[in-house]
Amino acid sequence: MGEKIMVKGTEAIGEAAIRAGCTVYFGYPITPQSELTEYMARRMPQEGRVFLQAESEVSTVNMMYGASSVGVRVMTSTSSPGFSLMQEGISYMANARLPAVFVDVVRGGPGLGDIQPSQGDYFQVVKGGGHGDYRLPVYSPSSLQEAVKLTIHAFDVADKYRTPVVIFADGMLGQMMEPVEFPDPVDLSTLPSKDDWALTGARGRKARYVTSFNIDPYELEKMNLVLQETYRKVEAEEKKWEEFMTEDAEVIIVAHGTVGRIVKSTVKMAREKGIKAGLFRPVSLYPFPYERLSELAEKVDIVMTVEMSAGQMLEDVKLAVLGKARTPFYGRLAGVIPTPAEILEALMKEIRR
Amino acid sequence: MARKTLGFIEIDQERCKGCGLCINACPANVIRFSEEFNSKGYHPAEYIGEGCIACQFCYYTCPDVCITVYRYKTPALSK
Amino acid sequence: MSEQVKDAILLASMPKSLSGKEFTYCPGCHHGIVHRLIAELIDEFGLKEKTLLVAPVGCSVFAYEFFDVDGTVAAHGRALAVATGMKRARPDMFVLTYQGDGDLAAIGTAETIHAANRGERITTVFINNAVYGMTGGQMAPTTLLGMKTTTSPYGRDPKREGYPIHIMEIMKALPGVAYAERVKVSKPQDVPKAKMAIKKAFYAQLLDVGFGIVEVLSTCPTNWGMDPVEAGKWLDENMVKEFPLGVYVDKVTEVMKEKGVK
Repeated sequence: MGEKIMVKGTEAIGEAAIRAGCTVYFGYPITPQSELTEYMARRMPQEGRVFLQAESEVSTVNMMYGASSVGVRVMTSTSSPGFSLMQEGISYMANARLPAVFVDVVRGGPGLGDIQPSQGDYFQVVKGGGHGDYRLPVYSPSSLQEAVKLTIHAFDVADKYRTPVVIFADGMLGQMMEPVEFPDPVDLSTLPSKDDWALTGARGRKARYVTSFNIDPYELEKMNLVLQETYRKVEAEEKKWEEFMTEDAEVIIVAHGTVGRIVKSTVKMAREKGIKAGLFRPVSLYPFPYERLSELAEKVDIVMTVEMSAGQMLEDVKLAVLGKARTPFYGRLAGVIPTPAEILEALMKEIRR
Repeated sequence: MARKTLGFIEIDQERCKGCGLCINACPANVIRFSEEFNSKGYHPAEYIGEGCIACQFCYYTCPDVCITVYRYKTPALSK
Repeated sequence: MSEQVKDAILLASMPKSLSGKEFTYCPGCHHGIVHRLIAELIDEFGLKEKTLLVAPVGCSVFAYEFFDVDGTVAAHGRALAVATGMKRARPDMFVLTYQGDGDLAAIGTAETIHAANRGERITTVFINNAVYGMTGGQMAPTTLLGMKTTTSPYGRDPKREGYPIHIMEIMKALPGVAYAERVKVSKPQDVPKAKMAIKKAFYAQLLDVGFGIVEVLSTCPTNWGMDPVEAGKWLDENMVKEFPLGVYVDKVTEVMKEKGVK
C-alpha cells in the first residue's frame, strides 16, 4: 500500500490488473479503450509478462481461451463493437469454465455508433450476447479507486468460479483522472493452484482436456448443470451495491457506473429542494442485487432508473420492484451524458404526476 | 508355389472398419476381407496366414491403426 | 500367436501417444493415418508430457480425445488463436493444431495468416480434402473447379464460386513461416514422406525457427461418393494437379545442420 497517485482511468485499470497478477494480455485497438491496451503494451514487458496485439477481437478472445486453459491470469480490454465480436469466444470460455477478465469500455451504438460514453451494452454484457445458458459476473465501477478494487476482485472471482468476468466501464471512466491508491502486487506463487484442471502437460497424470463440447446431450446437460450450480453460488455470494441516502428516502433512483456518480449530485440537489431522494447503485450487474432493491421499493412510491441507454438495466429494476412502486425511466442515448439537473427535472416531473 | 514368409501381421478386427486400404496396399496380396462380420457390421481385414514380407505398407495405410507388424528373426519358408 | 511373437521383432504398432479410443472417422478416411504419424512423432521426440493439442471444429473435432496428451477444441477457425494463447503463456510447451480446410482456409483464414506471419512457434497439420466433411459434403475453399458438392451441385464454377485456395503458396509469402510442405498419404510410399514433413514442422517449433505447417491432401470417400481405394486414385489423379506436392518453405533443414540435428 502506498500513497495516492493521480492516474487516468485506463491506466488505473491496467495497473490494477498487473498488480492482480495478470500474466498475459491480448488486445486489439478500438476507441475509447486503446489507451489501456497501449498501457499494457508498455507495462507488461517491464514486468516480464506477455502483451500481444491480436489481428482482431475474434482472435483476441480465442487467444485468451488458450492462455486461460494453461492456467494463467489473462485479460483484455475492448469497446462495444469489439465486445460483440468476442461474444462467441466468451460463450466457449463460459462452458469450458475458463477464467478471464474482460474490460468493456462501452460506447454509443448500435452499429459503428460513436465513441462517446454509453451504457448501451447492458443487455449484451449482463444478459449475454453469446449462445447458450451462461452468465458472466459483471462489475460496474463509478470511480477510479473502485475500478482498481473491482479489477483485482474480478480476477479473484474469475478464478474462484472458473468463469469469464466483465468490468463494465465507459469512456468517461477511462478518461477521468483521480488520485488512486494501488495495493501491493500480488505474489503470483500465492494464487490458488489450477493444477486440478489446467492444461499443463500430461506429466505424472492422465491426459486431460478443456472443452465446451459434448456430443451427448445427457453429458452436455451435466456440464450445463455445473454452470448453473456455479451461478447459484455467484448469486448467493457475490452481490455488490452501494446505497447513498436511502435510509429515509421517499424516492429511489437506480443508476450504475458513472451515471451512479452523476445521480449522487441529483440526490443532493433534490434534498436541497426538500425531496428525500436516495441512490441505489448496483455494483455487480450480474448478480443483480434484486433482494435489497426489492426491500427498498416497499418503502417508496417511485424507483426511477437512469441510464445512458434506452432502458436496459430498467428490466432488472422492474424484476426487483415487482410492481411495488412506480418504475419510471430517464435515459440519454448515443453517448450523450445526462446532467444532474436534467435528471432532477425528470424526477420532479414523475413526482408531480 | 513356395514363397518366403518374412513376418506376419496382427489385425484388431474389432477396430477395423473394412475400408480395404491395407488390402489394396499389400504388395504380397496376403490380406483379404474376412467373411465374418465384426460387431460394427464390417467385414474386417484378415491376414491369410502366410506370405507376409513385413513391408509395413498395410500399417502405413491403415487409417484406424488396427495393424501390428512383426518380422521373423529367421524367415520361414512356407509349403 | 504368442509362440510366433517370440520369434519375431515388433516393427510397427499403435503409438503410445494415441489414447486407443476408436476413431470416429468414416472407413478409409485419411485423418486416421495422419493422427498416427503425429502420435509416432510425439513418441519419438518424447513430447507426450509437453504437448498441447488444439483440435478444430470439423470431422476431427474429437481429435483431442484420440491422443493421450492434454488438449482442447477451439471454436471453428480459431485453433491458431487458441494455440497462440497457449504458446505465449507457456513457451516451454509443444503446441500443435490439427485443422481441416474449412477451418484453416475459410473461416479461420485471418488466424492462419497472422499466426504464420508472426512466426508463432506452433506446428500445424492441415488436412485438405476439398470438402466440408462433418456437415455433409459442402463446398470447401479448396474444392476443385468443376467438383460437385452439396452446395456447388452444378460443379464449382470460378465465375460463381471462385477458385480453390492454395495455402502453401500463401505461406511462402509470409516471413514468419519456417517450414511449409504439401504432402499426401494416398499410397504407402507417400506415408513416410509425409511423416518426414511433419517432423520438419515439429523441428520448426522445437528449434525455435518459426511457424511450421504441413498440408496433407486427403480423401473424403463418404462425401466424394467413392470407395476408399477409388478415392485415393481420384486424389492422385486430380488433387495433385491443382495442389502440387513439395516443400514450399524450409528454413529448418539449415538450422538442423547448424545444430547437428539429424
